[in-house]
Amino acid sequence: MRRLVWRAAELVGSTPETATARTLRFRVPGWPGHLAGQHVDVRLTAEDGYRTQRSYSLAGPADGEHVELTVEDVPDGEVSPYLTEIMEAGDQVEIRGPVGGWFVWRPDNDRPVLLVAGGSGIVPLMAMIRTRRQAGSRAPFRLLYSLRGPDSVYYADELRRPDPGLDVSYLYTRSAPEGVSRPAGRIMLADLAEGGWPAAHAPDCYVCGPTGFVEAAADLLLALGHAPERIRTERFGPTGG
Amino acid sequence: MGGIVSIISRGFHGRRRDAGDRLPPGQYLVEDFPVLSAGPTPRVPPERWEFAIDTEAGVTHRWTWPEFLALPQERPTVDIHCVTEWSKLDTSWEGVSLDTLFEDVDTAADYALVYSYGGYTTNLPLEDLLDGKAWIVHRFDGEELQPQHGGPARLLVPHLYFWKSAKWVRGIRLLDEDHPGFWETAGYHNYGDPWREQRYEGD
Repeated sequence: MRRLVWRAAELVGSTPETATARTLRFRVPGWPGHLAGQHVDVRLTAEDGYRTQRSYSLAGPADGEHVELTVEDVPDGEVSPYLTEIMEAGDQVEIRGPVGGWFVWRPDNDRPVLLVAGGSGIVPLMAMIRTRRQAGSRAPFRLLYSLRGPDSVYYADELRRPDPGLDVSYLYTRSAPEGVSRPAGRIMLADLAEGGWPAAHAPDCYVCGPTGFVEAAADLLLALGHAPERIRTERFGPTGG
Repeated sequence: MGGIVSIISRGFHGRRRDAGDRLPPGQYLVEDFPVLSAGPTPRVPPERWEFAIDTEAGVTHRWTWPEFLALPQERPTVDIHCVTEWSKLDTSWEGVSLDTLFEDVDTAADYALVYSYGGYTTNLPLEDLLDGKAWIVHRFDGEELQPQHGGPARLLVPHLYFWKSAKWVRGIRLLDEDHPGFWETAGYHNYGDPWREQRYEGD
C-alpha cells in the first residue's frame, strides 16, 4: 500500500499571475510525480509549533522533483497571504500528495476535451493543457475561461501563444475589453454551445471554479445533452484561506 | 504522520482560533458551507424519490418521500469535518435516525455500501451507521436541504470525514464483505476517521 508522506518543499521561485495571484515553484526531493488535475496538501508550521494545512491544485505537469502551485490571495486568509506575499525563495513548507484520482486527465486519452474554468479554477485545467502539450498529445482541447476582466487572466502570455489543437475562449463577467462582442456576463448556454463541443462528440468535460459557477456550468452542459458521467467537477470556494 | 525533522516556515505565524478540543488534527474552522462533489448535481423530485435498504439476503425495504417524512424525526446538532481540511461546528439538521430505518431490517452483514442518485457510492462498517451515529437528513439550518448540499436528502455520519455523508442518498446495500466506494477507490482512506487523520490511503 502506498502512503503519502509529508515532504520538505523549498520555494525556488515565484511569478505574479495577477494583482492577487502568484505561481510558486517548489523543489520537493522525493516527489513521486503526479497526474494533471491532482492536488496537494500544503502544511505550514510556525516557530512555536502551531500548524495548519490547506489543499491546492497543481498547476504544472509532472516535472521531476519540481511542483508548481498558483495561489489566489484570499482576503483575510490564514495561509494564502503567507504563500503569496511573505514567502521568499529558500523558505520551506511541507507538501503531501499527489491527491485525487478522479478530476484527472491522462495523455493517453485522445478523446476531445472541454475545459470550463471559473476564475482560479483555471489552475488544474492549466495542468491538463500543459501536460497535453508536453506529451505531444493530439487530443483536441477547448477551454472556456470565465473571469471578471482582462486583468484577472492567469497564464495570460502562455494562453495567448499558439498551441495547435487548443482553442481558448474568454468569457468576461464584469468588464470585457474593447473589440469583444460578447457582453460581459455570467456563463450562458450559448457560450457552451458555441465554444464547447457538440454533445454528440462525447467530450470529457472538466469544470472547475467557485460553487455557483460549477453548478451553473454543469447544469448547462446537461441541458446541452452531455452525459452526467462525462462531466467532472471540482470546486474552489471562497473558503480556503 | 509528521516528518522526523520539523520544517518551520519562516515568517509564518498563523491565526490560532480557539475551537477547544473540537477541531481534529489538520483541520481549520469555517463559517460558510463549502460544496464539494465530483459531477453535476442530480435533481431528484420528491415524487420520484425513494430510499431503500437492500439486505445481504436479497430483501429490500423501501420508503417513499411521504413515508420517510412520516417516520419519527430527530434534530441533531453536530460538528462536521471535510477531508479538504475545513470543519464547521454546531451544524443543525433534521431527519430520520438510521436506527429507526433499520428497526425492521433483519441482517447479519458487517458492511454497508451507500449509493446515491447520480451514481456516487461510499462504504463504511454497518456499526458506524447505528446506535445514534447516523441519520438521513432533509433539512439544514431550519430550511429544506438544497440540491448542492445533497437535497432532497443526504446521509449524515458526522464522526467520519464528510465524504462518507453521501449527498442525494438513494439507498444502503448491506454486504458480508467490504466494497470500497467512489473516493475510497480514488486514493482516499477506506474508513476516514478525522480524529486519526485518516485522509488518504495508507494514513
